[in-house]
Amino acid sequence: MSAPLLQLRGVHTHIGAYHILHGVDLDVPEGEVTMLLGRNGAGKTTTLRTIMGLWPASQGSVSFRGEGLAGLPVPDVAQRGIAYVPENMGIFTDLTVQENMLLAARGARHAAQIDRARLDWIFGLFPALQKFWLYPAGKLSGGQKQMLAVARAIVEPRALLLIDEPSKGLAPSIIQNLIRAFGELKRQRSTILLVEQNFLMARALGDRVAVMDHGRVVHSGPMSELAADEAMQQRLLGLSLGVHQ
Amino acid sequence: MTTPASTAAPAAAPAPVPKARFDWIPLALLGGLMAIGLPAIGSPSTWLALTVAGLAMGLIVFIIASGLTLVFGLMDVLNFGHGVFIALGAYIATTVLAAMSGFTASPLLGMNLVAVFAAMVAAMTLAGAVGWAFERVIVRPVYGLHLKQILITMGGMIVGEEIIKVIWGPLQIALPPPEALRGSVFIGDAAIEKLRLLAVVVGLAVFAAMGWVLARTKVGLLVRAGVQDREMVEALGYRVRRLFVGVFVTGSALAGLGGVLWGLYQQSVTPQIGAQVNVLIFIVIIIGGLGSTLGCFVGALLVGVLANYTGFLAPKVALFSTIGLMVAILLWRPRGLYPVTNR
Repeated sequence: MSAPLLQLRGVHTHIGAYHILHGVDLDVPEGEVTMLLGRNGAGKTTTLRTIMGLWPASQGSVSFRGEGLAGLPVPDVAQRGIAYVPENMGIFTDLTVQENMLLAARGARHAAQIDRARLDWIFGLFPALQKFWLYPAGKLSGGQKQMLAVARAIVEPRALLLIDEPSKGLAPSIIQNLIRAFGELKRQRSTILLVEQNFLMARALGDRVAVMDHGRVVHSGPMSELAADEAMQQRLLGLSLGVHQ
Repeated sequence: MTTPASTAAPAAAPAPVPKARFDWIPLALLGGLMAIGLPAIGSPSTWLALTVAGLAMGLIVFIIASGLTLVFGLMDVLNFGHGVFIALGAYIATTVLAAMSGFTASPLLGMNLVAVFAAMVAAMTLAGAVGWAFERVIVRPVYGLHLKQILITMGGMIVGEEIIKVIWGPLQIALPPPEALRGSVFIGDAAIEKLRLLAVVVGLAVFAAMGWVLARTKVGLLVRAGVQDREMVEALGYRVRRLFVGVFVTGSALAGLGGVLWGLYQQSVTPQIGAQVNVLIFIVIIIGGLGSTLGCFVGALLVGVLANYTGFLAPKVALFSTIGLMVAILLWRPRGLYPVTNR
């Protein structure tokens, strides 16, 4: 395997007095979907925020394409080609769908300058965004907001997508839409680090998996390996992927 | 990651989308206040004069407060030193208008307006420059520390007032309006002071310009997004701190402009002029919804009109009226007239 696109080594993160990450080691290979699994409070969201620089690592290294990200301001991390979809989606609810997309398209000064072909591709993935293009994002449904959050991350080509629990709180039909959209991104050989609690989604999308517990990565390997081993699922996640089929 | 043409869906004819509704209620409240004011005041001409005076006062307060509400919205900074930029603007106006006495003494309106415009430009430039230094020296070390922000920015205002006393002296300075801007124009029996009309024109121009920048430019879009969710704007790759400095400087410059108009409105200037207006502008930005420009605009007009009506009808409750209005609005809408939704 070639050098991973993103590599974390011995990363510790403190939030105030709390020590959340206790030496995270994680590799995210280029062109693959890496699922980050684990129970609530395991440190998955903190790991994504640490990579983005939103909660800086207190120890250890985060390197992207061989370059250290530690100490870089958040905008500089983003400008290196890393897109982040937070758990709360980070939608600007007072702005329209179009304005949200324009903000994400850093190279465009006006909506007309957003890459039309790419926009059509996104509308193909998420037709609702075309329908509600000039509508305030705050008026969208939860699923549509999540689509917008993901669309924002891909409106321009990015080297790495960090996506935090996109299926959280969504209806099964919406989750199926998201799986189809992520499947399309996967076929495009996008590099994605996806935090997810929905195991059906994790198994459908993941090439590789890392499981976190108590602020550490306690298992990493191919997704197929975890999907095939119910005992391992039980040991690492406390339940079986099989029961979610 | 590439964009495959094969996956692009044909653009379907969009189905009708329910129209997003604008919240007219706060504006209706302003209209309602004016409608109630007419029978309460009795005389239509007096009502018209008071209404124009109230709108003028409200627009000046809006000019001053608009920058402050964006500063708070964008970086959670409570700047209690904003008043110093108002005072600075007003004092610069005294100097510029005195220096251009040839223009101000002229009976020609155009000559007068040149002098007033020069005073506005000078006030905005210097207030903006002082605002830049204020942000760098006083505000920047206390990001995220509200108590320290309150203390140090109030301290900054006190120091600023003392510097003003050193330069211009501690006594009140008269700021008479230029010759052609004195007196009133008559609409029927209603006497409308010319200076009030000037304030209305400048205030509306600032509101329109600000609305255009916020709605039509990417910088404006970034400001509106930053007010909602600063962290997400940074995660999209934009440097919010740089944006904030720009907003702070612009807000200071607008406070300087407001100071010129407020000084002309009062026809005199004291070193405490900023502190006097400070209370009013905080009431306005709380009424409007912290970080909301439209809320600030409507809130300022409500405060201006109400203060003028109560000043005429019941002078003893005039001071309380604005605080009473704030309490009533917060009981009705606890986050202000037009709350910024992500905050």
